[in-house]
Formats: sequence, structure tokens, C-alpha cells
Amino acid sequence: MYKYFPQTEDDLKVMLQKIGVASLDELYTEVPESIRFRGDYQMPHAASELEVRQVFEKLGNENKQLTCFAGMGVYDHYTPSVIPNLLQRSEFLTSYTPYQAEISQGTLHYIFEYQSMMAELTGMDISNASMYDGTTACAEAMMMAVAAGKKVNKVLVTGCMNPLTYEVLKTYALHQNIEIEVLPIRDGTTSLNDVKVALSQGGVAGVIVQQPNVYGIVEDFTGFAEACHEQKALFIMDSVAADLAVLKTPGEWGADIAVGDGQSLGIPMQFGGPYVGYMCCTEKLIRKMPGRIVGMTKDNRGQRAFVLTLQAREQHIRRQKATSNICSNQSLMALFVTIYLSLMGKEGLKEVAQLSYAAAHYLCDELLKTGRFTLAFDKPFFNEFYVKYDGDANALYNRLIDAGIMGGVRLEEGLLLAVTEKRTKEEIDNLVKIAAL
Amino acid sequence: MNNRLYGNLIFELSKEGRKGYSLPTNHFGNYEIPASICRANDAELPACDELTVVRHYTNLSNNNFGVDTGFYPLGSCTMKYNPKINEEMAALPQFQNLHPLQPESTVMGAKALVLFLEESLCALTGLAHFTFKPYAGAHGELTGLMTIDNYHRSRGDMARKKVIVPDSAHGTNPASAAVCGLEILEVKSDANGQVDLVDLKRLVEAEGPNISAMMMTNPNTLGLFETSIPEIAKLIHDCGGLMYYDGANLNPMLGVCRPGDMGFDVMHINLHKTFSTPHGGGGPGAGPVGVREGLQDFFPYVSPHHGNFGVMMRACAYILSLGGEQIKNVGPLATLNANYIKESLKDVYELPIDGLCCHEFVFDGLKDKSTGVTTMDVAKRLLDYGYHAPTIYFPLLFHESLMIEPTENESKETLDNFIAVMRKIAEEAKTDPDEVKSAPHNTPIGRVDDVLAAKHPIVTYRALKNEEVKE
Amino acid sequence: MAKVIEGLYYSESHEYLKVEGNIGIIGITDYAQKALGNVVYVDMPDVDDEVEAGAEFGAVESVKAASDLNSPISGTVVEVNEALEDAPELINQDAYENWIIKVERSDPSEVENLMDAAAYEAFCEKEH
Repeated sequence: MYKYFPQTEDDLKVMLQKIGVASLDELYTEVPESIRFRGDYQMPHAASELEVRQVFEKLGNENKQLTCFAGMGVYDHYTPSVIPNLLQRSEFLTSYTPYQAEISQGTLHYIFEYQSMMAELTGMDISNASMYDGTTACAEAMMMAVAAGKKVNKVLVTGCMNPLTYEVLKTYALHQNIEIEVLPIRDGTTSLNDVKVALSQGGVAGVIVQQPNVYGIVEDFTGFAEACHEQKALFIMDSVAADLAVLKTPGEWGADIAVGDGQSLGIPMQFGGPYVGYMCCTEKLIRKMPGRIVGMTKDNRGQRAFVLTLQAREQHIRRQKATSNICSNQSLMALFVTIYLSLMGKEGLKEVAQLSYAAAHYLCDELLKTGRFTLAFDKPFFNEFYVKYDGDANALYNRLIDAGIMGGVRLEEGLLLAVTEKRTKEEIDNLVKIAAL
Repeated sequence: MNNRLYGNLIFELSKEGRKGYSLPTNHFGNYEIPASICRANDAELPACDELTVVRHYTNLSNNNFGVDTGFYPLGSCTMKYNPKINEEMAALPQFQNLHPLQPESTVMGAKALVLFLEESLCALTGLAHFTFKPYAGAHGELTGLMTIDNYHRSRGDMARKKVIVPDSAHGTNPASAAVCGLEILEVKSDANGQVDLVDLKRLVEAEGPNISAMMMTNPNTLGLFETSIPEIAKLIHDCGGLMYYDGANLNPMLGVCRPGDMGFDVMHINLHKTFSTPHGGGGPGAGPVGVREGLQDFFPYVSPHHGNFGVMMRACAYILSLGGEQIKNVGPLATLNANYIKESLKDVYELPIDGLCCHEFVFDGLKDKSTGVTTMDVAKRLLDYGYHAPTIYFPLLFHESLMIEPTENESKETLDNFIAVMRKIAEEAKTDPDEVKSAPHNTPIGRVDDVLAAKHPIVTYRALKNEEVKE
Repeated sequence: MAKVIEGLYYSESHEYLKVEGNIGIIGITDYAQKALGNVVYVDMPDVDDEVEAGAEFGAVESVKAASDLNSPISGTVVEVNEALEDAPELINQDAYENWIIKVERSDPSEVENLMDAAAYEAFCEKEH
């Protein structure tokens, strides 16, 4: 037979006899012959484990390894070696959603820790058990705001939002009949006055901003929450998780919902996923929140225990009336983040933030010194920034690629560059040298 | 498993002054983050040394049950073996270090894998194109329905906002339709557990021009193949609707029948079910969506990059390992195992619809209802004997649903042992019903108080501490 | 057997209506309470919200189910039962004593579309 198929010829015979059919084929007498598949799949032959490895290694070598200065939502932070090791514990890896609490305390326990940590990072009351990624979490927050509001379907979105997130919002909005109004960009930021004017038109369910915004700028949201609440709209902040170790939190800004991607908490970039979305909210909104939530309770022996709770909101019970169609969470990636935050603690996170901040500002200063770059906006930034280039930005970008450097993301008149604690001074100096040519 | 010794939260193991990380020295000079943009108080995260963290999570894992631990017959979830080679391939640094916005010329290997996966899935399903953007099964459903909605919109066919869903469908089907802004029309099941054609014809006649699509899984959630599928597809196509295949139950169809040949136009696949990628305690999965030629232009933008690429790599390793010939055995062997269990237990458990099933089947509780032992009790008692419980109380068609799906990877011995335990529990229900009703007894914790958790939700450590202060 | 009280009006979605002048007192029936099991949360509207006959105005949640509340009549909410916020289980103790909202009725004729006690009893019998 085959290494994943244990039944021997004898087993087959006994089992078929028990069932009362003569062959495996006879198990499918219900399938009309007209639609039976009788051919061969146009696929390669079975490969041995060694051959599988060879295929992947060959393809892996066809990728070019670049020194990464790109961000735009995905950041090249360091992964402590403890994490992949623990994530391979097969009791975590090969289990499913913790429906049977008695034999799933491992998963339920770490999700409770995850929720606690995300609530701390964002300064919010409540976190769910995680979502697919930051962009879909933001879309879910948008739908949550519309569902929580009364007969309102408009959402204001900052013009300084990552265009990749914005595209996802647009998709969900189209089918949900949500009207998105994009707020103007004022010197690289969102203006409170624009928000107030748009809110005063009425019918607004929520206002979505991003921190740091697409240009890497740390925005000042003074007065935003108050303006929203006056008009009964929810204030939603989409933030880079790692940066919240240092930055003023969504909770402090008065946000009702905090969302974003947890990838910056050490998750490898792996060509786009899996990452993990987070969603936190105020206590008042807990029953409007999509996704799984783990709560504390007691078992019948009087022990502390954890359990999936508030399930009545969810799709398997509410069906078409559920607040979302999400079935499960991004559990293993939530575990990733939980272990990362356990190892780093608040001090480690702050050190990562400071290192990234310093490295990014050093790179920025060095680029400006070449005389060929200008900082697009004179605003505080964190570890990502947008510089304009006085020459052909495409040629510059390609020159850097040829030198093995991903020199950020091409944006309008220049480059959007991000730097993490992984970048050395040599790597940064090298980038500057090539960019100055 | 030792809940008592290692039941602490990581926060309770924290001690100021400890740390579990090391970082490079700052060589960039004095760049201070201005206080004006900073938070007032630090996040209260644990401070732990590395070994404490490792031991904590290792011990947590011991309070869990995975496919590697034991038999996991969770119906509708296809808990098959997750090959180790898949994990190793997905961890290769040549792929892990790729930024998703890298230019195409630098990611040729990754692109080749995506193409290989698309070609393989097309071959296996009889469809023409796939998008890999959806992150999970439910996300795939939503993507598929958006594709269909976009298609109708492109033709100016704006009235098509209703989706027919069988009453036996997975709860996600109606929920996904609602998120896509569509309305549900529920079609009844007949006495054989199949779509009631009379009811379907009535719906089609009444609502024809408003029908966007029909969503089905085949085999259905009872594990029964919908024999009228060609006729159903014709009814829907004739009224201008499209057929959507919920790929949750694709596994028994490998080597047997392709959704494209059944008449489906759009489908999603749960790579974490049929293609052996691990469930990871609830994710990450991947839910690629396939369509017939011509519909690929209507794929929506539901995520920014290439989907859960790490999950896709694992599926590629699985497909490469099995190849065209072995993958044909997946469906028949899964179906063999399910029927073997069903036939071996149907004298003591109530089988509401007799006959051949596919990869899974549903009992309506114990045959002898006089003992008062419920499906919940049987499920909990199974935990005592070292098995994961089947899916319970789904589908909603029966009061005591107990849904069993063994997958193709389980040996006859494993199945025989499971059968013996199921029979033993049926016997215990008569001789010692209290033992069963109070199960589980051998697990780290006993039955939990759901009402307490829901009435007074405590979902963070901070809330837990506040609660302790109050007490 | 679920309790049904004479003199109240009943809807097919298992809400009752008690009429006191132009005020309608609305809650869920004993039958509904039993079907839901332990109630853990009641989602209620705000005072001054408009409700419409047949339309949703809130939800009752148990551990395993959530059920929308549909208003049997139209009108304006004048009071919500705040005791249910902290003690939703009151509904299980006595569903008729523990009403959910009081509504100022906008159309007194709407009660004609509702069932009386005998009709509701027969209706529940059939549903079972």
C-alpha cells in the first residue's frame, strides 16, 4: 500500500465483507456513472520523501534572498528560536478548535493568555481569540461598526490607509452595501476638521484610522474619539502590533475597536502568510465582536478552567444572523505571538522598538545626507518612512534589487522604507552607498 | 497531564527583573523616541526567563489532544494525519524570508509552487482556475459567493440576491451568504436525508430570477452522496443561477468524482482538511477558490498577498508525495473506514438513514434511549478512553447527532479498538449510567460551567485579577 | 407543560404582550424560556427607540442558542427592564413576571393580529 494508508489486503477483505460490498468501487454505487471520474489525474507520479525535499530545495534556490527594507504592513523582525520549536509540539499543531474543553486546556489556556496580552498592548478591555490577518480584521471591524449602529451604513476611512487594506475594505463594503468615504490627506496625515465635517453629515457608523499610517507617520488623534462619540460613531484604529509597545495606545486615544496585524511580533514574512489579525474592543461591545472568545470558568471539580464562550454570537448557532461568518481563529499564530510576548516581555518589546526606531532614523538621516532624497512629510515617524528621490525611482529600486537589497516599496515619487532590529549598520550603509550612486 | 502543577497562567510565573530574550547592541547613536508619541504606562506583559517559557508551553501542550495523540473522529473536520515532511518543507528559509511585495523576478520558486498547486487542484476538481487569497474555509465561501455576486452584477442581473441552502448545511453557508449581502432560501431534506427535489422545484419556480446560487456540499453533512446532483445543477443553471460547492466534504471524492463534473461552477477547498495541512488548534488554514473557465475575472480582492502561503506549501508537499496514483485511493479508503465503523456499531447506536455513506455518517444517539444517556455523555466518556469525541449535535436534523469521520489514515486496529470502546460505553449506559453521565473522569479537568463563563465573561488576566480583588 | 396566562396576547415567535392602557409590556413566554435554557444575556433597545410590529428589537442569549426578539406591536420604548442586565436568569425564574420592555403603543388595532392564550397553547402544542 502506501505510507499514509495502513490497510493491508487482508484488512480490506475483512472490512469490505463487514460492509457487505465486494470492492472499494462498490462503496460508491450511489454516484451516477455519468459523473464518475474514471481517468487519470494530470499530475506527477508519487515522489519519495527525498524527492519531495529535492523539489523544494531546487525551487527554494530559484528565489532570491534579499536584505529586506520593505514594510507596508509586513516587517522583517527577528523570530526567537524557542517559538518554531514549541509550535511544532504536535499536541498544539495537530489539534482542532477546542470544542472539547476537557482535552483542550492547552489551546484554551494560551488563547486566554493571548487575549490578555493583546488587551494590554492595545490598552483595550477585550480581545477575541484572533483573526486571519490585519486587513480582514479591519474589514470585520468596519462591519461590526455598521452592525452596532442603528440604520447607518457609512464609514469614514483615512486617506493615509495602507492601500492593500483599503482594497479589502472596499471588497467587503461593496457586498455589504456599506458606503466608504475616504478622508483627504493633509500633509501626510488625517485632519480632525475633515472628520468633524464628514461626521456632521450624519449616517456614519464608524471612522477608521491607521497608526502608524501608510507613510509611517505617527499621527495625532486628539479629539477624534470625542468627535466620533458625539455622532454615535465608533472610532476604529488599525495599528502595527509591535509598535504599540511604545506608542500611545488605541485605548488611550479612546478607540472603540482596535485592530491590526500581529505579524510584526516576530512572525516570518513567508511570502504573505500565515499571519494573525487581532481585534480588541471596549467591554460594551463584547457581544458585537466577531470570532472566538475564550473565557475563564470552573469545572465540576472546582478547578479553574478555560472554555470557548459567548458562542451564541457565532455562525454555527446564529447561521445567517451571526455577526460574522468566521468559524475559528488563527490559533497557532496566536500561540506564536503569545510565546513571543512571553519571551520579550515589555522590556524586550521596548528594546525592539527602540532599535528599529534608531536604525530607521539613522537610515533616513544618511539618505538625506546624500542630497538626493527628501523626507516627504515633516512629521514624526517610527520605523518606516517615505522619501522622495530626485532621479528615476524605478531605476533606483531595480539597482538595489540587483545588489540583493529590497529597498523598500515603490511609492509615488520615491521609496517607502522600513527598518527593524534585524538590520545591521553595515547593511544600512551599503544601501545608502548604492542609493547615492 | 498535570493541570495542578502547571496550570498557572504565564503572568503568574512572571517576576520583575527576568528576561527571555537577547538583542543586538544599538550602533546607531542616540535616537530617542519622543515622549509625546509614547504610551503613558507599559503593557503589563510577563517577565520570564527562557526555560520558564519553554516549560510552561510544553506543559500546556500536554493538556491538549491532537491527531498525533490519538484517534480524532471529529465529523466534518477531516482530521487526517499531518505529514512531518510538510512541516519541514514549509520551514525552509528560502521561502520563509520572502517579503510578499518582492518583485516577481526574485520569487520564481515560490511562484512555481503556487502554479503547481493550482494545476493540481484543477486536475482534482475539474475546474479551470483558482485564487489562493482566502485564508480559511469560511473565507473561501465568502470569496466564492462574492465571485458569483460579481458575475451577476457584471451582467446587470441585479435581482439575483438569494442563495438556496439545504437545511442540513454547515452553519457557515448561511452566515457567509449573509456577509456577502445575500438572502437565504432553505431547501428541505427528504426522508433519505437528501435535497428534497419537490421543495427545490417549488423554490426555483417561485424565485427563479432572484436566485444567485445554490450552495451544497456533496456528500452532504450526513455523509450521503446527493444522487440527484446532475438534476439539481440543471434546475439551478436553467433558472440562471450558479452552483457553489462547499469543499468541506471533498475528501471522499478524491479518486471518485470531481465537483466540476457534478455541475458545480465555483468551489472552495479546505487545504487543512483534504490536503493534510495541520488544523493548528483552529487555524491557520487555507481556502482556495476554484471556478469554471470565464469566472476567474470575477475573483474579489479579499486579502492583500498570496494567501496563507505557508499552508499552501504543505499542501504542495502532500500532493507531490501522493502523486496522481495514490491520491486516487484517498476517497475510497476514507469511505471504507467510515462504513466499517457504521456497520460495526449500528446495532447499538441509532442509524437514522441506513445504507452506504461516504467519509462520515451520523448516529442519532444510542439506540436504547431509556437510560437517559445523551450524545453529550457518550462524547465525554470517549475522552476517558483516550479518544477525541466525534462532532456532536450537528447536523441539526436529529436531536442527538453524533457525527463520525475516521479518515483514510486510520488502521483497522485503531478502528476496532474504537468500536470496542463505543460498544462498551453503550453497555455502561445500561449498567452504570451515572458513570457515563458524569464523565469525563480521567482528563485534566472535568465538565466546565458554560453558564458561568457566558453570564459573567472574564476574558483577560487583568479582569481575572480584578475579580480576585473583589472576592 | 409551559405556562400560558389568560388575558395576554401572544406572537408566533413566542413573545407575549400585556396591555395596560396605551402601554404594552413585552417579554418572552415560558415556552420560549424553557426552549432556550439558561438565559445568560438579554440584548435590549434604548428608551425612546422605535419598535415595529414583527421587527427585531433585541435578542435573548443562552449558552447554546440566541434568539431574536420580535416586537408584537409598534410603538416607542418607554422603559427597559434594567434588572435583566445583571440577572438575565430572572427570565428563567418567571418569564411573565420579568418583562423585557414597555412600549407606548402607536396602533391599538395591532393586537388583533396576535393569538390569545388558547390559540397560543394550541400553537405550542403543534410546534413541539
